[in-house]
Amino acid sequence: MTELFAFLLTGLTVGFVYALVGMGFTVIYNASGIINFAQGEFVMAGGMIMVFLLAGGVPYLPAYLLAIGLTALLGVLLWKLTDLSRDSSQESLIILTLGYAIFLRGAAEVVFDKELHTLPPLLGEGHLTILGATLSYQALLVMAASVLIVAGLWFFFRRTRTGKAMIAVSLDPDAARLMGISLKKIWILSFSLAAAIASVGGILLTPITSTNYEVGIMLGLKGFAAAITGGLSNPFGAVAGGLILGIMEALVAGYLSSEYKDAVAFVIMLLILFFRPGGLFSHLGVQRV
Amino acid sequence: MRALVRRWNLRPALGVTALILALVPWMLSNDFYYEIAILALFNAMIAVGLNLLMGYAGQISLAHGAFAGLGGYIAAILTGRYGLAPLFSIAVSLGIMALLAYGLARPILRLRGHYLAMATLGVGIIVSIILNNEEELTGGTDGMSVESFSLFGHTFTESWEWYLLAALHLLFLLWLAQNLIESPLGRILRSLHDSERAPASVGVNVARYKSLVFVISVVVAALAGSLYAFFSGFISPQEAGFNRSIELVVMVVLGGMGRLYGAVIGAVILTLLPQLLTSFEDYQTLIYGAIIIGVMIFMPKGIVSLFDRWRRRG
Repeated sequence: MTELFAFLLTGLTVGFVYALVGMGFTVIYNASGIINFAQGEFVMAGGMIMVFLLAGGVPYLPAYLLAIGLTALLGVLLWKLTDLSRDSSQESLIILTLGYAIFLRGAAEVVFDKELHTLPPLLGEGHLTILGATLSYQALLVMAASVLIVAGLWFFFRRTRTGKAMIAVSLDPDAARLMGISLKKIWILSFSLAAAIASVGGILLTPITSTNYEVGIMLGLKGFAAAITGGLSNPFGAVAGGLILGIMEALVAGYLSSEYKDAVAFVIMLLILFFRPGGLFSHLGVQRV
Repeated sequence: MRALVRRWNLRPALGVTALILALVPWMLSNDFYYEIAILALFNAMIAVGLNLLMGYAGQISLAHGAFAGLGGYIAAILTGRYGLAPLFSIAVSLGIMALLAYGLARPILRLRGHYLAMATLGVGIIVSIILNNEEELTGGTDGMSVESFSLFGHTFTESWEWYLLAALHLLFLLWLAQNLIESPLGRILRSLHDSERAPASVGVNVARYKSLVFVISVVVAALAGSLYAFFSGFISPQEAGFNRSIELVVMVVLGGMGRLYGAVIGAVILTLLPQLLTSFEDYQTLIYGAIIIGVMIFMPKGIVSLFDRWRRRG
């Protein structure tokens, strides 16, 4: 029982990070129809920038805000580049954003280094014991911050004019533009928002799993699997998808085989794509938030 | 198949390619240059096959690196662990890969755009995880050595023999692909690229043709992957990794999607690029990414489109 509970907690912690990455995918996808394969690199960028700011003597809080801000700026930069692209067929956009991912990985290699880095836990080394299973303060922080972000996004999409405008654009860009919504602003916002969310995940996860220049590949792909599992059109589906993938992964690693844990997310994603391409919750008929 | 290759249908482009391939060895002064040239030829084969799928049938695949690598592994395991003759093991490998592709084609090719990209990517990653973990068969992350390649009692050891073998394969493939594109099947494929409803509405079994071209492209990738494994005498999971699959897609796009010789040009450039960049080793990934971004933004129709512009002007 204790073992199972420990696996569940590990799964939840990682699952929340997949959820943050997955939400970023859906935010950009709904606003612009683009799948940004560099989403995982935002996670990497957040963690790495934070590591090097701290190493450069910047205090914790300013470093934290700066890391998020810089990553968000990176998001805007990528949007600018995408905007330059003349051909906008889906294949070209997929390859373009794959190019961003490779470029950012290469840039991190040059600007930072190839070493593995970690961060001191924000709330110290302590941990809670729940039903005999330990949960570090940092893991608790990952969960709490993720829940806060999800709640914040929910409020943003439901209650604010800008958030509603984003949903309007995702439903019908032409009609939204006729209503006076600036598509350009929405796109910029979606890219920076997705980057900022992912960078928070990267910063909070680094004390637990460490980070390096290529950590974004797997995180990005699993975040995408989370988004597909939950349904691409709904950011909150991605949260459920991320948690499911994280927990399944932890259970497989714990009970079956730790070698094959990385395959779990992709097997689930393929099953969803084959049998329920609209995502797990498509039967609810809820299309987009 | 007979309907596809009714005529000899030899084109000047094929002749020019044959001529270039015949002249290149004069520039290859040592075995290292040969090695790069041979790798470029095998890459070109995979890219030509992948281009049939991406450029003509309009279906993206982010798993062809995995298919080429898996084909190579199967052939290598059959010769190394089970003592089969190389030719026979390649034949079995291609058979297995064809079956695998056929089985995957239906569920996967129902998907489009991002979903298709993601599903193929998932398949590719699962293949590479399996190759990394089944150590008893594949040697795990360290890879495995591959027996030397012999054909009818003759063992291929010289570089020029491999060059000849690879060049002949590529020429034959180009000829076959040209025929395929100009056959009624090719017209159907191109119509799929634009819209699947239109051909379906005149009674074309869309799923069947998509599956067919998928199987062809996978088999070509597996053939090139197997031959390359025998040539290099070694195979590792990196050959089947995600980056390898992206590299292959970039070859097709860089050259020009839907342009037969574009894939060849893209493959040659991307194979030479790392060699030219060796002095900038730390910047390799960065430059590579920048090239992809630059090409997609400034010449999304690929390098071949530059020739078109020049021809129109002249």
